[in-house]
Amino acid sequence: MPSETMCEYEVVHGRPKAFYERFERKEDLQHQTHYCPGCGHGIIHKMLARAIDELGIQDKTILVGPVGCSVFTYYYFDVGNIQAAHGRASAVATAAKRAQPGSVVISYQGDGDLSAIGSAEILHAANRGENITVIFVNNAIYSMTGGQAAPTTLLGQKSTTTPLGRHAVTEGYPLHMSELLATLQGPVYIERVGLGDNKQIVQATRAVKRALENQVRGLGFSLVEVLSPCPTIWKLPPVEAQRWVRDVMEKTYPLGVFCDRTKEAAPRPEPAPAPGLDEIPRILGVDDESLPAGNAHRMVETAANLDLRVRVAGFGGQGVLLLGEVLAEAGLDAGLEVSWLPSYGPEIRSGTSNCHVRLSRQVVDSPLVTQPTVLVAMNEPSLHKFYRSVTPGGWILYNGESYPQECGRKDVRVMTRQFTHIADELGDPRAGNMVALGALLEITGVLPDESIDGALRRLVKNPKWVELDERALARGRALVKESLAEV
Amino acid sequence: MRKQLMKGNEAIVKGAVLSGCRGFYGYPITPASEITEAAALYLPRVGGVFLQAESEVAAINMLYGAASAGVRAMTCSSGPGISLMQEGISYLAGAELPCVIVDITRGGPGLGNIAAEQGDYHQVVKGGGHGNYRTIVLAPHSVQEMADLTALAFELADRYRNPVVLMADGFIGQMMEPVEFPQRATAPKLPDWAVAGTRQSRGNLINSLHLDCDELEAHIRALEAKYRRAEQLETRAEEWQTDDAEIVLVGYGIVGRILKAVTAEARASGLKVGVLRPITLYPFPTAHFRKLAARAKLFMVVEMSTGQMVEDVRLALNGARPVEFLGRVGGNVPSHEEVLRFLNEQALHYLPAAVPEEERMIHA
Repeated sequence: MPSETMCEYEVVHGRPKAFYERFERKEDLQHQTHYCPGCGHGIIHKMLARAIDELGIQDKTILVGPVGCSVFTYYYFDVGNIQAAHGRASAVATAAKRAQPGSVVISYQGDGDLSAIGSAEILHAANRGENITVIFVNNAIYSMTGGQAAPTTLLGQKSTTTPLGRHAVTEGYPLHMSELLATLQGPVYIERVGLGDNKQIVQATRAVKRALENQVRGLGFSLVEVLSPCPTIWKLPPVEAQRWVRDVMEKTYPLGVFCDRTKEAAPRPEPAPAPGLDEIPRILGVDDESLPAGNAHRMVETAANLDLRVRVAGFGGQGVLLLGEVLAEAGLDAGLEVSWLPSYGPEIRSGTSNCHVRLSRQVVDSPLVTQPTVLVAMNEPSLHKFYRSVTPGGWILYNGESYPQECGRKDVRVMTRQFTHIADELGDPRAGNMVALGALLEITGVLPDESIDGALRRLVKNPKWVELDERALARGRALVKESLAEV
Repeated sequence: MRKQLMKGNEAIVKGAVLSGCRGFYGYPITPASEITEAAALYLPRVGGVFLQAESEVAAINMLYGAASAGVRAMTCSSGPGISLMQEGISYLAGAELPCVIVDITRGGPGLGNIAAEQGDYHQVVKGGGHGNYRTIVLAPHSVQEMADLTALAFELADRYRNPVVLMADGFIGQMMEPVEFPQRATAPKLPDWAVAGTRQSRGNLINSLHLDCDELEAHIRALEAKYRRAEQLETRAEEWQTDDAEIVLVGYGIVGRILKAVTAEARASGLKVGVLRPITLYPFPTAHFRKLAARAKLFMVVEMSTGQMVEDVRLALNGARPVEFLGRVGGNVPSHEEVLRFLNEQALHYLPAAVPEEERMIHA
């Protein structure tokens, strides 16, 4: 044919640009896909590729491929491709989209992948209303693995794992994913289409494009379920397989739009611009300006060999952990090496609580205090539990009316006062921990007042409580002075 | 730089954000939940993504998606959740995706308990997922290391295009110590292999499928070569008073701290003891063991497990020196008194001359 007559033709139906020129899956046959004759995937691929072309989003598109017959999508689509684990495509797509909000992310999944092993991932991606597009290809069977039953297999349908046909009593009912997901508030568009005849295919083409368009417009989660023939596993000639979609499959899975909120959905707001890198330390509160300079210069020389090992124990709510925290924070402020280790987990919930605190001139080797130099026992069970562990020559500060005889030790010093009761007189029994801390500080006598004060203000934000805690600390110090005076 | 008192779990998140982490996909579990909570607070403030997934299975696959898209991203969990993530970790390693996974270990098997244990060594260090892959595993023993090794984890993940696991126990996660951070945040460039939804990245592929046997073998050999390179270049360990050590105590995480306390007491009683603390659990610091074996008479491994890392110690020494083991499990921590007692027993057996008279009397 002479070339000048060619010029009068206009190409109206060509190969979509979103496909690669050649499919390099194998060395030969690079012009064709791996799909069986009559398989629906080829048609769906073409719809998707054409929609990508028409919307002009090829550069932006990220296609997440599943495990199943369509595992090789990356050989066909000239976009960015991510191959996902079985069932996880919608989780992978979720994060790819969140990481690159400017991209268009498609999760392409089969019925085994999406409705069985990936049922949780699709449900939650839909419920979060992720701004992604899901193409859900339903052929009512596991095809790639040779025809096992899927959640979507029809009642009575034979498969290699339902050799007598699917029975509701033993295998349950066909799972209607579109209907199920349409009950959620997250999705904006869910439609089931078919490849049963040309009319259905035209509708399917429209639906696939709409589902992509919704994402481009930022509207949210769209899913198109496509009833698709599998002549090989169904053991039907391609033409009969196509008819089976229309005449049999569609009876179980009616076509239609199950959810359409595209009119009322507002486009998602653009993500706020990220702060500059130089602002990050401040945002995290780790910049030098946010941190105190400390009062190491006020430490007394005599504390050169300081090695304070404190165990604080009591009921939950007695401020046991905070007592330890203020002590450790003050130690750090004073330029010491410190550690604070809480008991955690079920112990907290069962009502007892304790923590280990170390303050030292040397690097703290182990943060575990198994032989404390000071034990603060805020209740009797704690005293019983820990009194034996105190280092000879150490101190026990006991919150009680009188020291129990059975916990007596000759080699440690004991101070028994009702810290909680004293705090109650000051205004709130919950400040009992600070009365005890005041006593502890007076006994050890090393930390500068400025360090304690600074630590308290940093950890206790409420000024009313700071004021009470300061009085409680002073009272605790006074208790020690009084008791020493008694001696 | 000024120091501040901070929990290990919080230090991880701050270290991660300063290292350019902008994606966190997690699922709550004790004792790792503070990491997820801190991530929920800080990631959105720095223009990052925080997402609480519906399961650990989803979380690890979200990590796969974010890493595919070229973002520095992380997740965290504890033993049972890490078990669920193993499938995804295998895919991440197979697809050569950099990411950071934090395991704040707890007691197992099954629901076990939520106290600190080191029973995850096998599943994390040996790779609990399918196939010939390794993850680089870092084991911090202080809050400062929680921050520093998180930063290192992101670097190694990028350098080797491989998942890196930060494995710490509940103690290191829950305790507070002074920590300092770099005053500059970093922002890594988008890797050229990423699938970022751009013209430049079109045609890129993230994939772990290689149907052809020769192709898959070539891929596995390439991974293997990468792991060998890491074994050459990335092993890290701390040697603590090992110069003249006749007995080398070996432990990682919180155990490393306890062993340092034991060393101080043992040396006070005249025993020449030191600590070898593996910081990289994979690649295992084999060379450190071989070096110390020249002088040491005994290696004594202490773990909060029935003996998992000790297998690697025995492989590293390959029979050159005896290896003794002390393990506590169920959330019980070997106290330094307990370790010291065991140490003295071993010393009596292996180095009778080095044990002071009175100690010998006690154990006789």
